[in-house]
Amino acid sequence: MTRIDSPPRRPSRLARLPIIHQLHQSVGLQRGMLVAGLVITALFVLTAILAPLVAPYGYSQLRGPDGVFGAQQPPGGAHLFGTTVGGYDVLSRVLWGAQTALFVIVVAVLLSIFAGVFLGLVSGYFGGWLDRVLVVVCDAVYAFPSLLLAIVMSIVISGGKSDLVGGVMAAAISITVVFIPQYFRVIRAETVRIKSEAYVESARVLGSGNIRIMVRHVLRNATRTLPLIFTLNSSEAILTLAGLGFLGFGIEPTAASEWGYDLNKAISDVSSGIWWTSLFPGLAIVLVVMGITLVGESLNDLADPRLRGRRAVGANAGLVAETSVVPGGTLTAGPGGLGGLESGPLHTNDGEATS
Amino acid sequence: MTTVATTPAAPAAGRQPTTTAPKKKGSGGGIIRYIVIRFLLIFPTIFILVSMVFWLMRTTGDPITAALGGRLSADQLAERVAAAGYDRPILVQYVEYLGQIFTGNFGTTISTNRPVSEVLLTYGAATAELAFYALLVAFIVGIPLGMVAAYWRDKSPDASLRIFAILCYATPVFFSGLLFKLIFAVWLKVLPVAGRASTSSELQMQLLPGKTGLYTIDAIQTGNPAILVDVLTHAVLPALALGLLTAGVFLRLVRTNVIGTLGTDYVDAARSRGVSEFRLVRKHAYRPALIPIITVIGLQIALLLGGAVLTETTFEWKGLGFMLSEFLQARDFVAVQGIVALLAVIVALSNFIVDIIAALIDPRVRY
Repeated sequence: MTRIDSPPRRPSRLARLPIIHQLHQSVGLQRGMLVAGLVITALFVLTAILAPLVAPYGYSQLRGPDGVFGAQQPPGGAHLFGTTVGGYDVLSRVLWGAQTALFVIVVAVLLSIFAGVFLGLVSGYFGGWLDRVLVVVCDAVYAFPSLLLAIVMSIVISGGKSDLVGGVMAAAISITVVFIPQYFRVIRAETVRIKSEAYVESARVLGSGNIRIMVRHVLRNATRTLPLIFTLNSSEAILTLAGLGFLGFGIEPTAASEWGYDLNKAISDVSSGIWWTSLFPGLAIVLVVMGITLVGESLNDLADPRLRGRRAVGANAGLVAETSVVPGGTLTAGPGGLGGLESGPLHTNDGEATS
Repeated sequence: MTTVATTPAAPAAGRQPTTTAPKKKGSGGGIIRYIVIRFLLIFPTIFILVSMVFWLMRTTGDPITAALGGRLSADQLAERVAAAGYDRPILVQYVEYLGQIFTGNFGTTISTNRPVSEVLLTYGAATAELAFYALLVAFIVGIPLGMVAAYWRDKSPDASLRIFAILCYATPVFFSGLLFKLIFAVWLKVLPVAGRASTSSELQMQLLPGKTGLYTIDAIQTGNPAILVDVLTHAVLPALALGLLTAGVFLRLVRTNVIGTLGTDYVDAARSRGVSEFRLVRKHAYRPALIPIITVIGLQIALLLGGAVLTETTFEWKGLGFMLSEFLQARDFVAVQGIVALLAVIVALSNFIVDIIAALIDPRVRY
């Protein structure tokens, strides 16, 4: 066995990309879950982008070439999934809904990453009274039902009304506020830890300014857990958006298509046995959330040596750095990976589930 | 808020989800001190949430204009606003609002002109009942299945249970609720479609002298088994819809923790003494695995309350959540603010109780 003496081979740059790396690392069931999740997520993104081409009708279209669609038509014929009580084509609205969902995810997650990372970095790095206040505020917000907070926010932003882009943006910003504490907590904990590392100290001795240290040394090392929270939050964003829509805070059917709104309109249909208006938008939510959650769960498990498939450890345990979430990162946070830094793998992925 | 200063600088390193719990340096002191400090920390939490909701809601203007704007003339509107005191400086209103909340006065609803505290008391019982049943479902489904998944780790039962857990999380409560309604109430006709009880049972329970608002207890008080059955059958579908959401979380927690404890030295020691693998899971590994569950229940209560809003709307279960969405439709923001403030108190209190229980069970939390 001469291979033991030789240094572990460093994989190519392609193989070290976040998702690709995890694909190589996984085995058996875990690989199956990751692949299934990736396929569903890819399908969702494709549908969202191609909705104008794929959908047979527009999301607010009430009449086709043969006249008005008619309300609550059963599936079949011109309407594969039937029509809603408002006379819209269910299939088209399900497909267009993907676009709304993707847009809200992107806006919400991007905004909350920027705000949360910035606050966490400043708070953790400088400490002091600002840090204490932010921690208490974020803990209070974090403990509160996220849906209620989103409701309050959407009242503030849109006054409870919903118009074209305003409705979508209101939903996205409402969700952002709910997510900021999560990013804040993770980044702050990491910053506090990294701040005391030797390399930060040496940078300071060399005369680097606070901003340079924060950006170059702390931020770069503190972001390795973000892809994980990103996926978990994306699924939460869809659920919150659907919840808001279900309570009547969504987007008007003429402005965009939103699954939660359609489900709300379907409540009375169900009592009279009309199943197609609720089943298809609901299935769309379940499928997308499941796909994204599968990816997030797999990433989480692969980052945690205790949960990673057993054979994978033997086969792929090269450099410690290679087995961490982000290639080149370190595992100094503890054997639990993300769990070692925050509140355990259980809480990061289980505690934050919403309706 | 002097208690803010007692919060340690790095609570995020704590193992609990509620990181406000202070870590005591050194030894000595003990549980009493922990309880006192933890209790004091409730107040900043409630204060922050109530203030935040107040200021956020007020940025949109006063509640009367929001509710009645467009329906009344400008003069009438100004008169109503002045009568309610909403034309005074916002800071004065804020201090007054805090004082009122302290004395349990949450204002008067605009749409129905009832005291918010009365609404809270009337409909809070229904939500409490729903949350209780949902937690029951979550425990009964989540904990045993989590142990099963840990026992057959990486085998097919584990795989299907993990998919099931993700499915529980991925299905919005209102969608599972609608599906249950469709299958059990509309197609199979074995369970009622919506509501908390049938009209006749509700009337009989209204006549009770010592009614609690908790229908299960009221139904027992009437002594009529038919009413009890009626109430319980109405609760099955909402409890199932809301409970399964939490059950998925419990399942994953128990699984991860049992797997973790199965690898510890004392379990190895038990295994080497010849204890069977089944008995290891059932007797040795699951007990310490339950401690994180107790701490997570605190977070779950927030989740349950959020889910209750949606479940109650789906099933027309007349609780706080149902009323909240009614008030939202009516744009009655005084009532919305009251309900949100009450929920903030409930969340803070339940987190406190859960932390205390966790500290009593697990001495490590205290230090």
